[in-house]
Amino acid sequence: MKLTKTLLATSALTLAAGAAFADAHMASDMTLVSWGGAYQASQTKAYSEPYMAANAGVNIVWDESSAEAVAKLRAMNESGNITWDLVDVEAADAIRLCDEGLAMEIDHDAMLAAGNDGSTASDDFGDSIISDCFIPQIVFSTTVGYRADMVGDNAPDSICAIFDTETYPGKRALNKRPLANMEWALLCDGVAKDDIYDVLATPEGQDQAFAKLDTIKNDVIWWSAAAETPQLLADGEIVMGSTYNGRLFSAIAEQGQPIGMLWDAQMLDFDGWVIPAGLPEDRLARVLDFVSYATDTQRLADQAAYISYGPARASSAPLVGNHAELGIPMAPHMPTDPNNSKNVFVTQYDFWADYRDDLDAKFQAWLAQ
Amino acid sequence: MTDATTDAGKLTTADGQSLKKSLHRALRRQKVRALMLIAPLLLFILLSFIAPIFDMLLRSVENDIVPDTIPRTIVALDDWDATSGETPGEEVFAAFYTDFAIAEEYKSHTRLGSRLNYELTGISSLFRSTGRKVGKFETESYTEQFTAADAAFADPAQWAAWMADDAVRAALPQTADAYDAWSKIVVDLNNDVPSEEDPADFVYTGLYNDLMAGASVASIPSVDVSGWEPVSLREQFIDANDGWADPAVWATIKTYGGDYTSGYFLNSVDMQLSGEGVTQRPEDERIYITLFVRTIILSIVITGSCILLGYPIAFLLANLPLRSANVLMILVLLPFWTSLLVRTSAWKVLLQNQGVINDILVWLHVIADDNRLELINNATGTIIAMTHILLPFMILPLYSVMKTISPSYVRAAKSMGANDWTAFWRVYFPNSVPGIGAGSILVFILSIGYYITPELVGGTKGVFISNRIAYHISSSLNWGLAAALGSILLILVLALYWLYDRIVGIDNVKLGG
Repeated sequence: MKLTKTLLATSALTLAAGAAFADAHMASDMTLVSWGGAYQASQTKAYSEPYMAANAGVNIVWDESSAEAVAKLRAMNESGNITWDLVDVEAADAIRLCDEGLAMEIDHDAMLAAGNDGSTASDDFGDSIISDCFIPQIVFSTTVGYRADMVGDNAPDSICAIFDTETYPGKRALNKRPLANMEWALLCDGVAKDDIYDVLATPEGQDQAFAKLDTIKNDVIWWSAAAETPQLLADGEIVMGSTYNGRLFSAIAEQGQPIGMLWDAQMLDFDGWVIPAGLPEDRLARVLDFVSYATDTQRLADQAAYISYGPARASSAPLVGNHAELGIPMAPHMPTDPNNSKNVFVTQYDFWADYRDDLDAKFQAWLAQ
Repeated sequence: MTDATTDAGKLTTADGQSLKKSLHRALRRQKVRALMLIAPLLLFILLSFIAPIFDMLLRSVENDIVPDTIPRTIVALDDWDATSGETPGEEVFAAFYTDFAIAEEYKSHTRLGSRLNYELTGISSLFRSTGRKVGKFETESYTEQFTAADAAFADPAQWAAWMADDAVRAALPQTADAYDAWSKIVVDLNNDVPSEEDPADFVYTGLYNDLMAGASVASIPSVDVSGWEPVSLREQFIDANDGWADPAVWATIKTYGGDYTSGYFLNSVDMQLSGEGVTQRPEDERIYITLFVRTIILSIVITGSCILLGYPIAFLLANLPLRSANVLMILVLLPFWTSLLVRTSAWKVLLQNQGVINDILVWLHVIADDNRLELINNATGTIIAMTHILLPFMILPLYSVMKTISPSYVRAAKSMGANDWTAFWRVYFPNSVPGIGAGSILVFILSIGYYITPELVGGTKGVFISNRIAYHISSSLNWGLAAALGSILLILVLALYWLYDRIVGIDNVKLGG
């Protein structure tokens, strides 16, 4: 009797040890960096909670620093102490980090899961792999929301409503960075859509954009966190403001705010993960395990049940269903839905990767004046 | 010691040593013991306070990223006249090509671009876009022609053997220099062995340049390169991005080529170092003087509002019976104990356009609904929120000073015929001035470096210089400029402190007692 017990216990221990051994080369703690708010909540629900449930003992911590990811990764690199394991960034930032050697290059087919339809990861992600370091996640857009009750019957249908303070008096909220603002300014100043980035690459074009922004400078509240615009709209502080479409979706559909959505000239962009360069082996092994799980077909489709961002994998699209809590179909709220994408402005991440430093400096100086 | 004797006019102790020496030793022992006692604190302050400040001050003049990343270019630029208005010649571009190709491998060209972008906007994109093209320059043709001319040039082991030979190295300086840098890249970045890898194009370009300059070495196969079609690196760079044709770019590189620079300090007072010496920045880039002035003016206004609001409260606190004074004191301290962010956010709710204060004023028909007061996202918001947050720092020193003013002074004045006002103004107030001084210094120095409240309620017109410092530390990563701005702020505070000492006298400042 005693012997059987001992034997049983030993074999149980051996099994446990075996399981532990399989994981021994992986770190158990992981710090993920994202954008906070509704977006990060969707990632928690779709990726990290199921992952932690499947891998007992793994502890995931979130940091809401994606907006300063480039600066912080540079600083970490300089001090030689990399505390982040996986960072959620926009396409242009991924290119910048890759250029600077701060993000690890990814072998997409070897490191990521294949599509559930049998396609290789790189085929499944297709064009969304905009950099060797980029692990695509979602398609999102920067767009404008307005207070439906403050514009009366005259709901705006063009992006240039931002610059039209006569028809739409009141404050506007815009991003405290040049992205999207510069493009919209030129677009509304009569520059053809196809020429915008060529014009923006010249000092004269930049001055033209600033001159256009000057016309509304006193009517703008500048936001630095994407959650500010929905809040300001809810408070009635602003008549319209730019933010990411998923934030507006959650304010409209989940909170029932009287907010309308202006899809005109939405700035389409990719968002995804990068792995900081120079991670120790055990942490890297854990991150690769997580990221392969978190970007497989099902997980990307799952995320779309919480927030209206399109999954970056082609194979995830058919799996996008209803909102997890409200039960409404998500497809009509996606930036890529035909009704929403009548006039789409595709952000040129290459341009922003190269010109971000230049335009940031000018934009901040312009703001301070 | 007791039987110290006088011997030849010298005092000695019992053991025959001179009293002076003995005393000296005893004192020194005491000093060492005292030093040991304070050593932990002294070390702590040195390491955690003085050293970082010194490091920060150093960063404001440090510039070694430029000479470290493109050393060959800096040397080649020595002969180029920055005021000539002409793009540098082929030899500068040849040196720059080697530097740039190496920097691209280490990805340090982007960082150098960011650094130089602080001085001339546009350089960052120039470096980044060229970085993607520098590997595809036509210098490849040299590599092809060398390897076609003699198979030995295609043999990595042969290269390693040549470059180990001092005679070859001396005859082919550019080649040796490029090869060394290349082999370092191979070892550092790829963990490979140089003698097994094909040298990069820039090594062959170095060899071509050496041979064109007339070098000849017996141990390497002789190749006549004079007939080859030269690749103009100048044109290659300008083809990649026509920004390289702009002399201003090169003037910036030359001007900021030293290990140390005054550029950051000049930048923080809206000046710049250009080919023509120190000049004002272009008008649309001048912001720092405005911000310094705004910071000081707003800080003075905040200090003034704190005195106006704080003095009556402190007076009340000091003169009420203890029980009711304690209740009032708690009211003063309660916000002091509340989180700064909570208080600032509360002001947001109160001050915003559709906020509580505006709603009440509209309801009272003081203002029209379509003409609400702009109380937030401007300087007004900053003044209101910061006055509230810093008020306890004014009230507490005032209170502790007023508490020590004996009521008999005022009574004496009144008994001699002074009315209430005269008694207050001529007797009480002068006694409370040290409290005002202490409170003002505290509030002013705190507000001059305040950051989070202006950021949240200041919009663009109510932000301080500290917000720019924070921006440069955490977003633009221009630590040099942040350090220079911080140093200037530090000097400014010290200067104001000195001025205060000269006018009011620091002995007149009392925090109580």
